[in-house]
Amino acid sequence: MSEVSIPRNREDTLPALLFKNAEVRGKKTAIREKDLGIWQSWTWSQVSTEVAYLACGLAAKGFSRGSNLAIIGDNRPRLYWSFAASQTLGGVPVPLYQDAIAEEMIYVFNDAEIEFAIVEDQEQVDKLLEIMPRCNKLKHIVYDDTRGMRHYDNPALISYDELRQLGQQYLTEHADFLSRELDQCRPDDISVILYTSGTTSKPKGVCLSHKACIDVASGDMSFDGYKDDGEILSYLPMAWVGDHLFSYAQSIVAGFTVNCPESSETVMIDMKEIAPTYYFAPPRVFENLLTTVTIRMEDASNLKKWLYRTFMAVARRSGSEIMDGKRAPMLDRVLYAIGNLFVFAPLRNNLGMSRIQCAYTGGAAIGPDLYRFYRSIGINLKQLYGQTETLAYVCKQPNGEARLDTVGSPMPGVDIKVADKGEILVKSPGLLKEYYKNPEATQESLTEDGYFRTGDAGFVDQDGHLKIIDRAKDVGALTDGTMFAPQFLENKLKFFPFIKEAVCFGDKRDNVTAFINIEMEAVGNWAERQGLGYSGYVDLAGKTEVYDLLADCIEQVNADLAAEDSLSGSQIKRFLILHKELDADDDELTRTRKVRRGFVAEKYGVLINALYDGSKDCFIETQVKFEDGRTGNIAATLAIRDLKTVAAPSALAA
Amino acid sequence: MTITQRTLGSTLLKVDNISLAFGGVKALTDISFEVKEHEILAIIGPNGAGKSSMLNVINGVYHPNNGSVTYKGVQRKQMRPHEAASQGIARTFQNIALFKGMSVLDNIMTGRTLKMKAGFLSQCLYFGRARDEEIEHRLKVEEIIDFLQIQSIRKTPVGRLPYGLQKRVELGRALAAEPELLLLDEPMAGMNIEEKEDMSRFVLDVNDEFGTTIVLIEHDMGVVMDLSDRVVVLDYGKKIGDGTPDEIRNNQEVIDAYLGVSH
Repeated sequence: MSEVSIPRNREDTLPALLFKNAEVRGKKTAIREKDLGIWQSWTWSQVSTEVAYLACGLAAKGFSRGSNLAIIGDNRPRLYWSFAASQTLGGVPVPLYQDAIAEEMIYVFNDAEIEFAIVEDQEQVDKLLEIMPRCNKLKHIVYDDTRGMRHYDNPALISYDELRQLGQQYLTEHADFLSRELDQCRPDDISVILYTSGTTSKPKGVCLSHKACIDVASGDMSFDGYKDDGEILSYLPMAWVGDHLFSYAQSIVAGFTVNCPESSETVMIDMKEIAPTYYFAPPRVFENLLTTVTIRMEDASNLKKWLYRTFMAVARRSGSEIMDGKRAPMLDRVLYAIGNLFVFAPLRNNLGMSRIQCAYTGGAAIGPDLYRFYRSIGINLKQLYGQTETLAYVCKQPNGEARLDTVGSPMPGVDIKVADKGEILVKSPGLLKEYYKNPEATQESLTEDGYFRTGDAGFVDQDGHLKIIDRAKDVGALTDGTMFAPQFLENKLKFFPFIKEAVCFGDKRDNVTAFINIEMEAVGNWAERQGLGYSGYVDLAGKTEVYDLLADCIEQVNADLAAEDSLSGSQIKRFLILHKELDADDDELTRTRKVRRGFVAEKYGVLINALYDGSKDCFIETQVKFEDGRTGNIAATLAIRDLKTVAAPSALAA
Repeated sequence: MTITQRTLGSTLLKVDNISLAFGGVKALTDISFEVKEHEILAIIGPNGAGKSSMLNVINGVYHPNNGSVTYKGVQRKQMRPHEAASQGIARTFQNIALFKGMSVLDNIMTGRTLKMKAGFLSQCLYFGRARDEEIEHRLKVEEIIDFLQIQSIRKTPVGRLPYGLQKRVELGRALAAEPELLLLDEPMAGMNIEEKEDMSRFVLDVNDEFGTTIVLIEHDMGVVMDLSDRVVVLDYGKKIGDGTPDEIRNNQEVIDAYLGVSH
């Protein structure tokens, strides 16, 4: 393949930096993808050639400055190149969540007036063809994987390969076209529009500039010290700000290698093969990994179980301190070194974390056991705080200052203020330029002096670390005036492996109650051990024994709460176990799996009433949406359980 | 939707007046039907109707007492299973017949056995032609793994997989032989609805992507009616119906014999 070089006069936009990489580190691997069981690689100069062809192909089809390009699919090299290709032409990529149903996509397509879409496969093509009659701007759909596409003859469709060929020809006919286009890009231009999942309302398009992406990427690089020899695994949705920053912007700025897994189910295996040096995952993923480890250890031989138990105890005691170079007893140091040989190093290797320099988690609270576990086996797991509007760039825990209850100190260039009601205000180089075509929302979200209203309530502690309590608008009060921070309670509940999701109610009520979603895998496993038979989710969730198990967990939380004066009033009085998992397809969760509180309260209003009117059970029928868009009904009679609460210490003393 | 209708070719397989008896038990009596290229034909019937025997006759496990099988224009009375296999007939079994201790990859690789030409010694030493061949076969197997979306279990021993996935691996092994005629013996037996939907999708995809002709035995009427171009109905070893799903659905004899008649 002949390689194309694109001369340019400025180097302050992402595509320009990508073409620069082709010159300064042209032979270095830029991206890999596992295909047919083998890791395929592309060097930076190959990538820039591909981007050039694709950009020209798009241009040949009429894509031009100011157009928006929808990108939908799993993490694939060709889709990442689509970002760069559209940016090269002065267009704006708009990634969408690949598991969004057709109906949800309509809004974004119309809001962003999308004419061009590049998608991964037949599944996405089908969705777009379905919404096409209602998205009148949509004219061209480019698909990567040709499987199953043979009989489609819609004129809007074109395969990636055909487009690439068009581009190759276009480039030979218009030799200096790309250089001219590239030089017209300005750092203040919008580089990407990321639609926020919208916990409360319609999605909003967050517009981020090239400058914001580059500044944030450089800030992260200097903070964590990555260089171009890093490896990351890109497995989180491309439409999510974290993936856009780590797998796209940072990769271009720092020049490190991005690895695309074979499929979403093979992530664990691929991670082990790649052993990334830098890793980000929401707490949920770390939790799943730990669950897998725990379950597999249960099935291990007695000797292995003993080794694991013994050395994990040492690790829990001193592992984190040893990693941070803090004080630890001599004996523990020796034991830890032995444990490292037999347990921790093999375990890290199995998790694909043997080369990790730093791993981050964020987006939700992480459980104490979980956090301690990873740090104790020698993985430098830290927390960060940020949102789409700040390009995930607000706070990070510096090395050696990782703590469970904070999200770290402000990053270089970031300024934090705490407004009334405890709301955190942020000024950051990664701040959004605006909400797409929504000046009202933009104005609402920014203060007069240019700070972004995060909507999170929290405070900065004496060490300068930020501590987040809850969403500012969710913090409410019981009728007796006790503070009620639902997310705080829910997070405490979710730290139990048996609880997948919890929704607490209590604002303007006499006491606190909760919906619980069981974690099928953990509870199912527990039931098997107890010799408890069940036919499926609904049956298992309704078992008295399961209620007993969960009641125990929640009563532990109550005991914890009782220890803190300000929270002892918000102990959970009654609960029920939902008969179905809360699901994003039913609008109960956002695509990033946060509970849509208001929607759930409305949908399950009957159940909430039952929680407060003292009934012993309640009948409910709910509609569920399947992945293909069809609907069905689930009905069940749910039991409601009263819980023991503990008197507050101050009340005892009185 | 703008999907063009696929076209059926000429006759690929023709069975004429097949009769098969085990001692005094008549398993099949005077059965005749044809299968066209690119067609999906379902054979249905109550338990013991002779469906599996029919498949066994087609791929040469049983030799009929009477009648003949014409495959790709060549009529034959007897054919051994490996001859059938080398002529492009592959099958899956009612009770999964995989190597439980071997990985998914290796199991599917066994489907390539007939295509391996290198000698035993060079295969052991893994050099020259044997090596090139292995790489070529592995590529084919990987394409099948990709096709069936079982990348995540590539290295897992088959015995550890749930039933539905084992069925899928068995289909993979049959596909590895790149068959022209694929015989599926109850591919969806014992599956839940989701697994059935997946398997149906794969059967249609195989037929569409590779142009493979498929003869399948299935009990789930919904699946049969949705998938097949044509249905042959057997009862007590006799053919009582042959036609499109709609015709079969309205055939009184079939309704009486198969779907039950009120007395």
